[in-house]
Amino acid sequence: MGVVTTSTASGGLRLVRSRGGLVAGLVLGLALLLAILLASLAFGAAEIPLPEVWAALFAFDAGATNHLIVRTLRVPRALVAALVGASLAVAGALVQGLTRNPLGDPGILGINAGAALGVVVAVFLFQIHTLSLFALFAFAGAALTATAVYGLGAWGRGGPTPLNLTIAGAALTALLSSFTTAILILNQRTLEEVRFWLAGSVAGRDLALLAQVAPYLLAGLMLAFGLGRQITTITLGDDVARGLGQNTAWVKALAALAVVLLAGGSVAVAGPIGFIGLVIPHMVRFWVGVDYRWVLPYAALAGAIFLLISDVAARLLLRPTELPVGVMTALLGGPFFIYLVRWRVRR
Amino acid sequence: MGKQVGQENTPAPWLVVRGGRLPLSVRLDRRVPWVLLVGLLATLAVMVVNMGVGEYPIPPVDVLKTVLHLPTGNSDHSFIVNTLRLPRMLVAALVGVALGLAGAILQALTRNPLASPGILGINAGAGLAAVSLIVLFDRVSASLLPLAAFGGAFLVALAIYGLAWRAGDSPTRLILIGIGLTAVAQALTTLMITFGDINNVQRALVWLTGSVYGRTWDEFWALLPWLVLLGPVALLLARDLDALSLGDEVARSLGSPVDLQRGILLGVVVGLAGAAVATAGTIGFVGLMAPHIARRLVGPGHLGLLPTAGLTGAFLVVTADLVGRTLLAPTELPCGLVTAAIGAPFFLYLLWRQRS
Repeated sequence: MGVVTTSTASGGLRLVRSRGGLVAGLVLGLALLLAILLASLAFGAAEIPLPEVWAALFAFDAGATNHLIVRTLRVPRALVAALVGASLAVAGALVQGLTRNPLGDPGILGINAGAALGVVVAVFLFQIHTLSLFALFAFAGAALTATAVYGLGAWGRGGPTPLNLTIAGAALTALLSSFTTAILILNQRTLEEVRFWLAGSVAGRDLALLAQVAPYLLAGLMLAFGLGRQITTITLGDDVARGLGQNTAWVKALAALAVVLLAGGSVAVAGPIGFIGLVIPHMVRFWVGVDYRWVLPYAALAGAIFLLISDVAARLLLRPTELPVGVMTALLGGPFFIYLVRWRVRR
Repeated sequence: MGKQVGQENTPAPWLVVRGGRLPLSVRLDRRVPWVLLVGLLATLAVMVVNMGVGEYPIPPVDVLKTVLHLPTGNSDHSFIVNTLRLPRMLVAALVGVALGLAGAILQALTRNPLASPGILGINAGAGLAAVSLIVLFDRVSASLLPLAAFGGAFLVALAIYGLAWRAGDSPTRLILIGIGLTAVAQALTTLMITFGDINNVQRALVWLTGSVYGRTWDEFWALLPWLVLLGPVALLLARDLDALSLGDEVARSLGSPVDLQRGILLGVVVGLAGAAVATAGTIGFVGLMAPHIARRLVGPGHLGLLPTAGLTGAFLVVTADLVGRTLLAPTELPCGLVTAAIGAPFFLYLLWRQRS
């Protein structure tokens, strides 16, 4: 019963690229990220010229409308997009490595379903309407579900094997989303309230909300980067990892914790944004290879850049109407991903 | 030669049927006939019970009499059973058969036990087409929905296969392209749900979850030909499925034209799952669950597995519809909700038992 492995997904094991090239790529990526961050501050319903964006950041004048827009609306939004994009991509890479399943993304471990149910319950049972409380319920739902999935997976025969985790995740996801759908079908007011949140969005997030979740996301990123070498070993199979002297149970538990922090925090602040966790790691592997010490930082960069671009596009495409960024990510990334698969997957 | 069963004392695990002069021989797991018989009886029993309950309860005996056009002494029975409840039940059963078969074929083709027709983009394509129709065209006739859904499913599946084809096909490319295109279709569906009129969106949600509510003889007669045509094709190719599920290399060395067979079988999957989704929306978990249950019951040989998976699918959908109708009566839950809610825990249980 083999779940398709990541190594065949990227068309056979690719040898790791030269260290120099990889470092240069990271530096280039960082520069690109900064440029897009600036662009994201400039574009939107009101276009603000770059010098004025600069002034708003470094010579703030509380009397100027544009300065206020940049500081109170766009800076938090850009930071949220960058942080969430990075977190989702890294979480996705971790899940795919952990479950050795190319279909893996945080959604597989029940994170999105749990968060969605948390928010729907908050609205339906407790009549909660504020974004920061949404975040609290979403995070709680995500964390509870992920813990349950990990527990169920570990309880099965052979411990938290890739197949056990994937099955437990898929089963619990189906269960929870059927509860969510039931509430949404039976209660129209709840549907009205949460449907925009369910599409995923980074609009209207302020610095207070960001400050609420940033510690979780940053801790998750640090933890993930620290596990790069161990995840690479795990992708070779549990037996190999154990043969190399690795305590696989601990590594898996820590990686799962990182996934909960990253994906749970992301969903809490931006709703369930699909696609990034699933697809960015694949794209990154096409370029970088299968060494997770490099895959993870590259995924973080690519995820941040990708969500920022998607957010800018979501603002500009049907101006003044804004598309939910979760929709935009799939519309922009889907065709690109298909192109990559078509030309890079040989078998 | 007629039927050949092993010796009396030590029964062989196989049942071999040879066709005498016909160039045909069949080797089945011994359990298959019994499992099929018991499954059929169980499914029929649930169908009869299901037709009896509701706002107008009818005793099972009267249901049976009415279906067989025997007099029950109540003139309402014929309308309620034969016009309202029987077609709904038959649609539920056929949808289950189609999903179970499609799931079993696809799991063998992709050699992935977690594959379900969803990865061919069938659900996403049908969902996008149907939701667009409901949300964009306010007062659209319900009879157009299945047509649009089937068109959407077929187009997305075709696009996935077309994009994955590159000097031969590959299960891996198929799965990955399926992910990408499904994501795009789902994003567009989400867009409709986010900005559509709230009443239409709620209707669309019911459809997306999968329901056989209010299905009539029209839907039954539209669905039946697909099964009558494609079911036998699947059975004819059962032996090739056995070979394909061992891997491309093995199948090729056994002399199978792998790409051609896979193309035909994918076509069968798309036809079956597409017709099912067009009729009843996306009823989750049946395509995933039925083959697993069937494999536990009759083993991995596809000639026995396929009919068993179909029957299991029918049993699941019919039972889910019964539960959905009775659980919160008079409010009806869509049966897709119930299959997910029942299916998830059962699926976990099943897989863990299988490992011991």
